[in-house]
Amino acid sequence: MSDNHSINTTINGEDYTSDVEARMLLSDFIRHELGLTGTHVGCEHGVCGACTVILNGRSVRSCLMFAVQAHGQQITTVEGMSASENDLHPLQESFREAHGLQCGFCTPGILMSLIPFLEENPRPSEEEIRAAISGNLCRCTGYQHIVAAVKLYVERDS
Amino acid sequence: MKPASFKYYAPESLEEALRLKAQYGDEARILAGGQSLIPAMNFRIMQPAVLLDLNLLAELSYISTKDGKVLQLGAMTRLNEVEGDVVIADRVSLLHEALPYIAHPQIRNRGTVGGNIAHADPAAELPVVALAMDSRFRVQSTNGSHWINSEDFFRGYFETAIDSSEILVEIEMPFLEPCTGWAFLEVSRRPGDYAMAGIAAVITLDSNHICRKARLVYLNLSDAPLDAKQSADLLVGEMQSNELIMEVAIKASEEEIMPMGSLHATVNYQRHLARILTKRALKLAFGRAKQT
Repeated sequence: MSDNHSINTTINGEDYTSDVEARMLLSDFIRHELGLTGTHVGCEHGVCGACTVILNGRSVRSCLMFAVQAHGQQITTVEGMSASENDLHPLQESFREAHGLQCGFCTPGILMSLIPFLEENPRPSEEEIRAAISGNLCRCTGYQHIVAAVKLYVERDS
Repeated sequence: MKPASFKYYAPESLEEALRLKAQYGDEARILAGGQSLIPAMNFRIMQPAVLLDLNLLAELSYISTKDGKVLQLGAMTRLNEVEGDVVIADRVSLLHEALPYIAHPQIRNRGTVGGNIAHADPAAELPVVALAMDSRFRVQSTNGSHWINSEDFFRGYFETAIDSSEILVEIEMPFLEPCTGWAFLEVSRRPGDYAMAGIAAVITLDSNHICRKARLVYLNLSDAPLDAKQSADLLVGEMQSNELIMEVAIKASEEEIMPMGSLHATVNYQRHLARILTKRALKLAFGRAKQT
């Protein structure tokens, strides 16, 4: 009983037309259909935050949306953060310098949570930074360096 | 971890949605924010035959007020919109205070007021707030719409008074009355997790600081939001005192709540949490009522 739909989406500024089964999760669509494997899939039930993407300017879990719901929507994934493959976004630079990652599995989701947050709140307190990434699990860093990386970015940005 | 197949509809008008709901009845689940439904589908705990996605219905997404004393929320209003609304923060402060407890910012960007309420999870925040605020819910079918009071709405685990042909379309929540204090508190293992216990308290005082009205509604301490009326009644006609607060906390936690216990909290621990939360919430609510 497959139920297929044709969808048009804009991902990282590029338009895609695809035929998707209704039950396909947005996370699987991004990874398997488009090959954008920067979006990671951890728990697939909305707890870990690894699959976070930016939908129309807001961070959302791509495992808690169907691809068919992305029809006509604008999405940014971690691949769309920087100007090119060879550049890092200033926030990514800060993560590299402050050791804001170890294994890196959670990093794309954390970046996708932080980009809209920092646009809305460019001078956050440490408490606000921690609240913003409370929905992203990192099992390596203990969060100290992630918070330090965000602070470094904020400092440089001001 | 992949959902089973289903037939997907994204109606472009409420009429079309209602017609499809009438046609499919129980077979069709409403897809609002999907932040509870999709995890359940990923686990295949739920395998609905049909999904009616309401996300195209801009007509169901609004925050407005009526007569300067009632908040009106469209069922598809996102939780983050409610969280950021200044009128709600000022006039329906209990709702504002409860919002950050709902999962995480990314979930609130997608989750909706109507979805949270219609899902009727006993561990969810909005059903508890809605009951504590004497809210009412407008449900609609192809036959028209009618209102259901919050007292009659929640029927048990994931059960509401919404009929299989109906869709929840609007929530009305009165503004807090003058001289009213409120408090929303919960205890969870980590921020954003489901709470082991929670409480919403609303207290209205007269000019002599005597309690005129009191409402205590508990979260995840029964199979639905638990309205502890007998405990709240102990407050009416009384002034704030430590003895009174202790008496109410003991009655609520030992006699009125019906905790189920879980892997993370035994029944006794949930009773303990309820007692502590009741004391804290009452002190906070009394204090706020005296300031307004």
